[in-house]
Amino acid sequence: MDTSPPTRYTDTAIALHWLVALGILGAFSLGLYMQDLPLSPAKLKLYSYHKWAGVTIFLLVLVRLFWRATHPAPPLPSSMPVWQRRLATSMHHLLYALLVCIPLSGWLMSSAKGFQTVWFGVLPLPDLLTKDKALGDALADVHQFLNLSMATLVTVHVTAAIRHHLHSGEAILARMLPFLRNKARP
Amino acid sequence: MTRPILAVLAGCLLTASVSAAEVGAILADKSKLTFVSKQMGVPVDGEFRKFTVNMNFDPAKPDAGRAQIDIDMASVDAGAAETNEEVTSKNWFNVKQFPKATFVSSSVKALGGNRFEVAGKLTIRDKTRDVVAPFTMTPQGPNTLFEGVFTLRRGDFGIGQGVWADFDTVANEVQIRFRLLTAAKKG
Ligand code: HEM
Repeated sequence: MDTSPPTRYTDTAIALHWLVALGILGAFSLGLYMQDLPLSPAKLKLYSYHKWAGVTIFLLVLVRLFWRATHPAPPLPSSMPVWQRRLATSMHHLLYALLVCIPLSGWLMSSAKGFQTVWFGVLPLPDLLTKDKALGDALADVHQFLNLSMATLVTVHVTAAIRHHLHSGEAILARMLPFLRNKARP
Repeated sequence: MTRPILAVLAGCLLTASVSAAEVGAILADKSKLTFVSKQMGVPVDGEFRKFTVNMNFDPAKPDAGRAQIDIDMASVDAGAAETNEEVTSKNWFNVKQFPKATFVSSSVKALGGNRFEVAGKLTIRDKTRDVVAPFTMTPQGPNTLFEGVFTLRRGDFGIGQGVWADFDTVANEVQIRFRLLTAAKKG
């Protein structure tokens, strides 16, 4: 049995990474846009789509965490200083935590506001909280705060990946973007 | 042989306890008029906080029963501040022009046991429609609880016009539930 550390991410890990990335980009933009709309059928629809998308992302994140636990990530190159590697790892853990907490806070908020989540209009999720306006408003703030934190972290995450690719010459980005791999390793 | 006798006895007791509960004044703070609408397939609860009920009901003579319910449409709570503002506006209840909705019974009939059915005319906005609602009558200590549910179609009353007129976001069917507690009749 081969116990040496993997040299690359599995295709499944790469697919899940980009699916979740695309999902949060969509849910995030929709979340920002929908809030300030005047009440209309379109707004009710967008809120539902946002909630359905968020629940879908949550499920994808659970699959991703399971996959990550059973398929270790390739270690970061030893050319990176230790502090950078530690920072990168903490960053990734924080991102995972946010990916779990953001949809959870959305679900709890909806319950507290008295609007149940019915996934794709078909599967009702249990309301974990009973209706409580003050709690609903507080959870909306939590949802917003977590989202803004994530937006900040994602910006740092993307900047770091691009910087490593362009300046440090480490094939970090290519580990997640297979089409860069061939060019990085001629 | 004892079984039918017991049944008859039980029947007498039941009738006795029901007719003993002739109804008196409505206990407003213990009575509720609620509704469930469906938005994008999601049931959303709502309530009218102010309404008055005038009723007269003797289960021994259900045909003589009468009820009138007047609902203050501006007292609606449809689940959120934003929704309340919308639902009282022109496209929905238009409370400026139609502050009150009214139900007036035309007949009541017994369905057996403690179940009855009331038919009557419901006026919301400028539309009057016939509605029928089954209800139960249950003694609660000295008081009597009347509980019933029926479904109306908001489209029949012109509730939700303009952009809201089609039913794919807010369903046509709205479930109305009433829970009216009446005090024991005095004298
Ligand atoms: C990864 C998943 C999710 C992301 C990235 C996300 C993102 C966002 C963002 C950026 C906002 C605007 C926040 C603000 O500026 O105040 C928002 C609002 C909202 N989200 Fe999410 N969300 C996610 C999952 C969910 C889920 C699963 C639900 C419910 C089941 C949900 C329900 C809501 C609601 C109801 C609002 C509006 C809050 C308000 O009107 O005050 N979200 N979301």
